[in-house]
Formats: sequence, structure tokens, C-alpha cells
Amino acid sequence: MNRRHFLQRNAAVLSASSIAVAQPDAPTATQAQQDPPEVISRYANTKLPTGLARTTTTLAPYTGTWGYAQAAHLLRRSLFGPTRSEILTAAGSTLTSVLNGLLTAPATAPDPPLNVSATDTSVPIGTTWTAQVFDQSFEGVRRASLRDWWLGLLLNQNTTLVEKMTLFWHNHFVVEFGDINDARMGYEYVRLLRQHALGNFRQLTKDVTVTPAILRYLNGNQSTGGAPNENYGRELLELFTVGKGPLIGTGNYTNYTEADVQAAAKVLTGWRDLSTPPVGSYFTASRHDTTTKVFSSAFGGASITSAGATEYQNLINLIFQQGETARFIVRKLYRWFVYYLIDAQVETDIIQPLATLLIQNNYDIAPVLRTLLSSEHFFDTLNVGCLIKSPLDFTVGMLRQMQVVFPTSGNLTAQYVMWDYINGLANVQQQTLGDPPNVAGWAAYYQTPQFHELWINAVTLPRRNQVTDLFISTGYTRSGVKIVIDVLALAQSLPAATASDCNLLIDEFVRLMLPISLTANQVDFLKNTLLPGLPDFEWTVEWQQYLAAPTNTAKKAAVTTKLQAMLRALMGLAEYHLS
Amino acid sequence: MKRREFLQTTAAASVGTAFLSGLPIGAYGYSPQLAALTNAATQSDKVLVIIQLQGGNDGLNMIIPLDQYPALMAARGNIALPQNQVLSLTTNTGIHPAMASLHNLFQNGKLGVVQSVGYPNPNFSHFRATDIWTSGSASNVTWTTGWAGRYLDGEYAGYPTGYPNTQNPDPLAISIGSVVSNCAQGPSVNMGMAIASTTSFYQLLSGGVDVAPNTPAGHELTFIRQVVSQTQVYTTAIQAAAGRAQNLSPLYPTAGQNSLADQLKIVAQLVAGGLQTRIYVCQLGGFDTHTLQVPATGSTTSGTHATLLGKIAEAVSAFQDDLQRHNVQDRVVGMTFSEFGRRIRANSGYGTDHGSAAPLLVFGSRVNPMVHGPNPTLPANAGVNDNVAMQFDFRSIYTSILKDLFQVTPATLTQLFGQSFPYVPVLRPGTGTATNTAAEVASFTVYPNPVARDGRTVVAYESAGGHVQIVLLDALGREVRRAVDQVLAAGPQFLPVDLSGLAAGAYYCQVREAKRSGSRIVVVE
Repeated sequence: MNRRHFLQRNAAVLSASSIAVAQPDAPTATQAQQDPPEVISRYANTKLPTGLARTTTTLAPYTGTWGYAQAAHLLRRSLFGPTRSEILTAAGSTLTSVLNGLLTAPATAPDPPLNVSATDTSVPIGTTWTAQVFDQSFEGVRRASLRDWWLGLLLNQNTTLVEKMTLFWHNHFVVEFGDINDARMGYEYVRLLRQHALGNFRQLTKDVTVTPAILRYLNGNQSTGGAPNENYGRELLELFTVGKGPLIGTGNYTNYTEADVQAAAKVLTGWRDLSTPPVGSYFTASRHDTTTKVFSSAFGGASITSAGATEYQNLINLIFQQGETARFIVRKLYRWFVYYLIDAQVETDIIQPLATLLIQNNYDIAPVLRTLLSSEHFFDTLNVGCLIKSPLDFTVGMLRQMQVVFPTSGNLTAQYVMWDYINGLANVQQQTLGDPPNVAGWAAYYQTPQFHELWINAVTLPRRNQVTDLFISTGYTRSGVKIVIDVLALAQSLPAATASDCNLLIDEFVRLMLPISLTANQVDFLKNTLLPGLPDFEWTVEWQQYLAAPTNTAKKAAVTTKLQAMLRALMGLAEYHLS
Repeated sequence: MKRREFLQTTAAASVGTAFLSGLPIGAYGYSPQLAALTNAATQSDKVLVIIQLQGGNDGLNMIIPLDQYPALMAARGNIALPQNQVLSLTTNTGIHPAMASLHNLFQNGKLGVVQSVGYPNPNFSHFRATDIWTSGSASNVTWTTGWAGRYLDGEYAGYPTGYPNTQNPDPLAISIGSVVSNCAQGPSVNMGMAIASTTSFYQLLSGGVDVAPNTPAGHELTFIRQVVSQTQVYTTAIQAAAGRAQNLSPLYPTAGQNSLADQLKIVAQLVAGGLQTRIYVCQLGGFDTHTLQVPATGSTTSGTHATLLGKIAEAVSAFQDDLQRHNVQDRVVGMTFSEFGRRIRANSGYGTDHGSAAPLLVFGSRVNPMVHGPNPTLPANAGVNDNVAMQFDFRSIYTSILKDLFQVTPATLTQLFGQSFPYVPVLRPGTGTATNTAAEVASFTVYPNPVARDGRTVVAYESAGGHVQIVLLDALGREVRRAVDQVLAAGPQFLPVDLSGLAAGAYYCQVREAKRSGSRIVVVE
């Protein structure tokens, strides 16, 4: 991607925010309609919230209570919306064995995306298109197939960190499907991220460097010895590995210099993407810069001599000798899994020890995740419920927790159609699988001081409410297939004694869907939606009447509307956006 | 017309402005200009306030059949009021002494009582019965939309896309309570907005939110609550309306004492402030009085149910006073409903179990201040399964109010409710705006006129065909006689009207058809 383009886009975002902030206090209805929609909420942080109560807990192993609340916290952060049975299973196990499961990648990779469109005539419907030749007229439907397939993997994830970490790497090693314009390369890229999701950071960086999608996205395929293209070399240093430190001299960003960008660019010359199936990349010696590349004192003045097709690996190895590379990725993991605020204590007690651990483990990610996710710090009450759900976490999590039933592969077209619809919902909430806004990823993970608060603004919040309102009421129907929250099935999946007791029933949904507890007033509010103005036992009466005659339309409707009202209210609480 | 110009125009045109805290109020109240600007299919400045009594109100302990005290005592001697404590509305019908202020409203012509409202094949489930009342469906069908929602959906095409807008800046319906009332559920979306509590209303006015603890989760929670508050699209309109009027009645109890009064205060403030919202729904819970609706020892005039009735009376009379002080009383009609009444026979726990038909109250300066229908007939020794028989279908009340208050046509009413229902004159004639007054019934004669005491007369006219009612109203507009209430064929009709028992004086004889009505003065000598 053209870097200048990225900067222009970012500038647009920043200027829009200042307009939004400068809005008058009480705009009239007419004014409100004319104002541009807020991109950054006027209520979002204007400085980092450093005055909050903060924990001093460390990476010492968590040895406190292990139960529903702790299991739910771990799984909320590790999955997209853990289901009740997933939480109960984890709560009935131990932290260690739950982490063993979370950190185990499935033995086999998922089957590739399938063609579901008559437009793509290269293969029959139900067959993968990923090994076919490129055809621009098929690109649109293939790209949709890829995106939808990925969404299906999120929906159908097992109790594993693979999907959340695949998305983490997507946000880290960004490509935009729209820019690379070859869904086959997009698929290869996603496959690579998933393969290494819980694996070795350095190896992933090496493989990503020459994967065709990245070569296209960051112009590596145009970089020749005569005219090195600095794009990938710059992002590799600035966004993917050591990160940009304070500017301490002309062209000197502490962790690297402008000269290092140029040297790295020279190392990376000669690589091109291969469009002939199977897609890949290849090295052309004649396009490679064969000079010796000399790096600044940030890299100990190291030099890399010409080594042809393996030379880029030496560059990656050199970068990974820098301690800042470990700290940089650990901070990003911290913001992904814990909270965005990294103060001096977190830097000293969490980031630095995890970085050391990462280096000790030769850049294997799993030990770092295990230590972080089993630490006192992670389970500290002050770190529970403080993440704002991303649109994918919000949407996919809702569908999983509410156990919305999707069409199976037996109705493949309908299955992809529904996955596509969900992608559309996430898109209008400002997160699209395969198309982060720019090479830096979603701003919620880097833009200070707002960070995750960027997910919620006057535009996206109503859209989130529309999504939950839709699924709790009529659902979405297409070609005779409907996806909807079945409140009766949900309530009936609870123990009978829980479902028939209004207080237990509400508690059960609250602890499933919210990461923090509600006040007595809020619980009363929910109870009043389930049981308006009535004594508690009337719920038991109505529920038992329904169970005694489950096919009676009137009795069914009676409890359905009340359960829907209660869950709609629950999903309308501000707490529901927290993880 | 631009919004700014419009506001200037109405401000200049407003008359009778009162001043409060140095600020004019009522300046932006209802005006024809505003009505002309709305997209609504019908112009109306009228407001319907629905009070939902949750749990099943014991109608026999609210409106008391004085002519059947032996049967009443036999069925519920442990909870029944002493007869001498009941306040008389008419010779035969009384009201609970806790509702003394409503008794006054009745005498002042601002309260009507409709006896024994229900529907065929009553359902005794709270949830199902509430769904029937809010959807306006028959007992044996399940509708997922609310009757008010269907009405508003027809009036405001395309909602919510493009709303609010300059023509329709205000919410179409407001319910005060945990959820948007199912009454307002439209075919695709709910047509109303909910104000979760009176507290949240004042937060909405102040722009404040509940601040969560100073923790990371609390910090993010407060942030999200602020955005939630900001994105309530009707915030500006409601703030503006509330800013234009304050509650003027001293009769309201202290906030927090009577939740219905707290809710009606909000309604009064918004109506007086010129909000164009047509339908408000308020709620009062606690009517599911299976046990101890009166104390086990002590007077049956006190206890749980008396307290609830007292709250209704206190709230409604203060509300009515407030509307009058704002001079908007003619725009507002209120009605109560409950999902069902309770059993005739009390149980041994000083309570009553789920029943069927029950009276409802209609209030406002435009109501017909009378008791509609005779007292329910109680069996001499009511058994445990005996219920009050239905006299009026609840959908008759809805359709009559929609017709008279919002000028909904008979064809639309039939469409909204799936069939037509007999008209009940719960509102006095001429309640609606003048724009859509039904056409006159041509060539309508009453002969003889004047009529001798206890005599009879004949109405002669050319019927257009369909449901016809011929009623006599006294000088206050109370219905005193209903001669015809049935479907008639088109063509000449000669319909006898029995005037026996009526005191000497002038009466209005009204002929009402679907699209026409007429009135003649009839004198009894």
C-alpha cells in the first residue's frame, strides 16, 4: 500500500475528530443532521486515563479461586463469545488444563473456502477456487467467499486461541484484500497466519515477508536493486518488529534510522509474487541488490552481505536480536488481551518480564500467552471487564453466546450467504475481516489516547443496538432460511430449576453475557422486563404452563416475548459492550 | 418552511403565554402551523395516555356494584369494603374510598367508567393476557405487533428510516418503564421509545449518566453510557420540550412516593412543553394480589389494593390538575387497563386469583363522564371459578378512542383490528379536531318532538348501511339511552326510541354511522 495514501487517510480521521469534539453542547435536531457523523466520540479519552485505580499484581501464577467467573474471564478474552457450556466445562477443569487446550492448535488446517457463486465458472459450486488461475471477473465473488469462510471459522471456533490470535496477526501483519486484488493470495496469507497463530513470531515474520499478499500490499514485488522500494522495509521496522522509538536525531527513531530503512529495503529486493497456481513468490537474482548492507548503531553497526534468496532471513534474524522487538510485540499482546493502558508498573512487572520470556523461548508465542493468561495480573479484578469488544467480538460473540443456529454445509450457499451477512454487520460497525483501514491495523489497537474507545461512537453504537435488536426479534431471513436467537431453546438449555426461577434465570444470563456484576437496581430493571409489575412466582407459573404445552402458540408466545424483552434489555446495557 | 422561521412564526402567534421563572412557557406549544408541517397522515394535537396496571386489577374492589352487596359479601366477605364506606358514582355504582379524588373528577365531568371490559375466551396467563391487550388481538390468535404500533405505522410511513426529521422531531410514542411497551410495536420496529425510569428521564434532561467506579472497567462503562445517552435520537426534542414547561400542580406527591405520579408528571411536562408525541404509556405494578390485598386484621378499606388504588387516584387527579393549569387539558385523554380482573370469590388468604373482565377508567376533560354499562351481575353464591362476564370488548374502547380522538376512519380501524367493533362513546362528541368531522346525516328527523314524559319517539333517516348507533345524551354529554347499536341495511329507516324514565329537559339525540353523524335536540316535557 502506498504509504502516503495511508497518511492522508489518517489525517482525515484526525481532522474529523476535532470537528466532532468542537460541536456545541446542545445542537438542535436540524444541526445534528447536518453535522458529519462522529468518527471519534466526543466522550472518548482526550488523555490517557492515568488516574484510575490500578493493580500492582504481577506475572506470579494465579492461585486464587477457579470457578465460573474466572473461566468466563479467560474465555471472553481468548475466544469470540464463550458459550455457557464452554465456560462450565472450563470452570469444572483447572486453569492449567484449560490453557493447555487453548494453546493447542488443531492438528489439521481447516478446509479451504468454497465457491458458492455461479459467477465463478472456474470450478463447480461447492469446490474450492483457491488453486485456480486468476480471473478478474471472478475476483469479487472469490474475495467474498474468502471473507465469509473466515467469518465461519470465527463462528465455529473450538476452545482454542487460534482464531483470536489469527485476527491478532492480521491486525499486526496487515494486508487489505481489496488492495492485493487476488483472493487466492489472500487465502494463502490467512492460511499462513493461522498456521503460525500460536507458533514462532520470528518464523512467521520470515514467512510473511515473502508471502505474495504482503509482497503486493507493501510493494516488495516492485523492489529491485536499481530502485529499492522502501515501503516494506519501513513497515517491517516501524510496525511489525522493533517499532518506532522517540526521534532522537535527524532520521533517527531510536530503534532504527532512515538509513536502516534503506538498508533493509536493499536486503528485500528481488522478490516477486507468483500468480500462476499454486500462488507463491520467487526470487530473481538479477533484481537483487548485491551490495553489503550496513546498519546503524541501533543494530550494533551490523552488516549483511549478499546472500540471495535467503538474505531476507538474515535481516529478520538481525532485527530479532533487538530486545525492543520482543517488547514491542508483548505490548501489543497486552493491549489485545488485557487493557490498553501501559503504565510504568505494567512496563516493569509485565512487559519486560514477558519480553525476556519471549526471547528465552526463541520467540515462541505460546509460553508468553500461557504466562500472561495464567498470571495474578490477568485475573486481577481491576483487569476484568475493561476491554471494549471489537465489532467482531461483539457480533460473533453474540451469535455464539446466544447459540444462533446457522445453515450447515449441507446448504452451502445459504451458509455462505449468512456468513456474508454477518460480515456486512461487522463492516458497518467499522471492522471488516481482510480489510483493516490501513497498514497500521485498526486504530483501536494503537491510536492513543482513545484506543478501544474508538470502537464506540455515535455512529457505531446505534448499529450495535440494531444488530442485537434484530437477532432478538425477527432475525434475518434469506431464501427461506432464518438466523435468529431462539430464546426458548436458550432458556430450555438451562437446568430446569434455573429456567423456572426468574432470579436464577436472570443471574444465569447476566453472568454469561456481562463481565461485571450489575447493581440491585439494574437487576430489578431486567426483572421488570421479564415480569412487568408481577411477583416472582408468576414467572414459574407461566414457564411451567409453557413446558406443559410447548406447542400451544399462545403459551409459547407469552414466554417468548418476555424472554426477548429481558435479553433485549440486557444487550442494551452499556456493560454488554465490555469484555 | 425552514425550522427557524417556523419557530419564529409560532412564537409570534402564541397567545395567553404564562411566565414561569421569568421564562415564557407555552410559546412553542401546539399550533396549526406545526400540525401542517408534520408528515403524519392525520393532523392531530391530541394525546392518549395509557396507564397499564400490571398484574390484574381487582375491578370489583375498585368499582363496586352497590345493588349486589349480599352477593358481594357472600363471595368475598373477608375483603369487601363496608357498604357505607363506598363512594357513590351513581345510584347503583360506587368507587373505592381510596379513590375519593377520582370521585370528585367524576362529579366534575372528567372521569368515565367502563364496566366489565374484556374479550371472549379470556386467558388467565399474565403474559398472554397482556399480549392480547397490547396487540389488540382476539384470544385465539397471536399477533406480534401492538395496536398503537400499527396505528402509528400507518400514520408515519417508513419509520424509523429518516426519523427524527424537521417535520417530525419528536418520538411517536413514549413509554415510561423498563421496556418500550408492546402496544407500540410496529410491523418491523417498535414505534416508541422507552424512558427506563424517572431517574433516567432527569439524567436525559441534564445530559448526565451514572458514573461507574474509578477502575478501568468503570472508566470504559462511563464512556459507553455517555455515548448511549448521546445517541438517543430524541434527546434534543425531549430536552427542548421539558425546558419549555414545568409541572404546575401542587397535588403531586413527593418524588419517589408514587411511581405513577412521577411518570405522569413527565407526561404533563412534555405535553405542556409541546412535544408532538401522540401516545404515552405509563405503568404501575403490584396488582397481582393473590394474598393479603387487604390486611388480615383491620379495615378492608386499607391494605395493598387500597394503597394501589390510592396511588392511581392521587396521580391521575394531580395530572389532570396540572394539565388544566397549563390549559392543555382538552388535548389529553387517559385510560387505564389491566390484563385481567380478578375472581369474584376471594381466597382464604385475603386475596383474589386471576379473573377475566374488569372495569377501566377513562379520564380527561373530553370524556363522557358516566358509567358505561350496568353493574356486573354476580351469582348469589359465587363459586371459586365464577368470573365477571364481559360487557364491552376492549377493542371497542380502543377503536372508539382512536375514532374520536385521532379521527381514524372506520375502514382503517377495521384494518388495524381485523374486524369492526361496536362504538362506545367514552369521549364526548366533538372531542377530535374539527378538520375531519364526520359528515352530517342528511334528512334526519325525530318525530314527535317534544315528547311526553315516559313516551317514545321515532328517528327517521336514510341509512348509508353498516353499523348504526342512536343514543341520547344529556346536557353534560352523558349517554342516558342507547336505542340502536347494530348493523342496518342501507335505505330508509324508522327507528323507535324509548324515552321512559328520563327527566324532563333537553337531550341530544345522536345518529352515528361509520362516516356520518348527526345530532338533534329532543325535549322531554
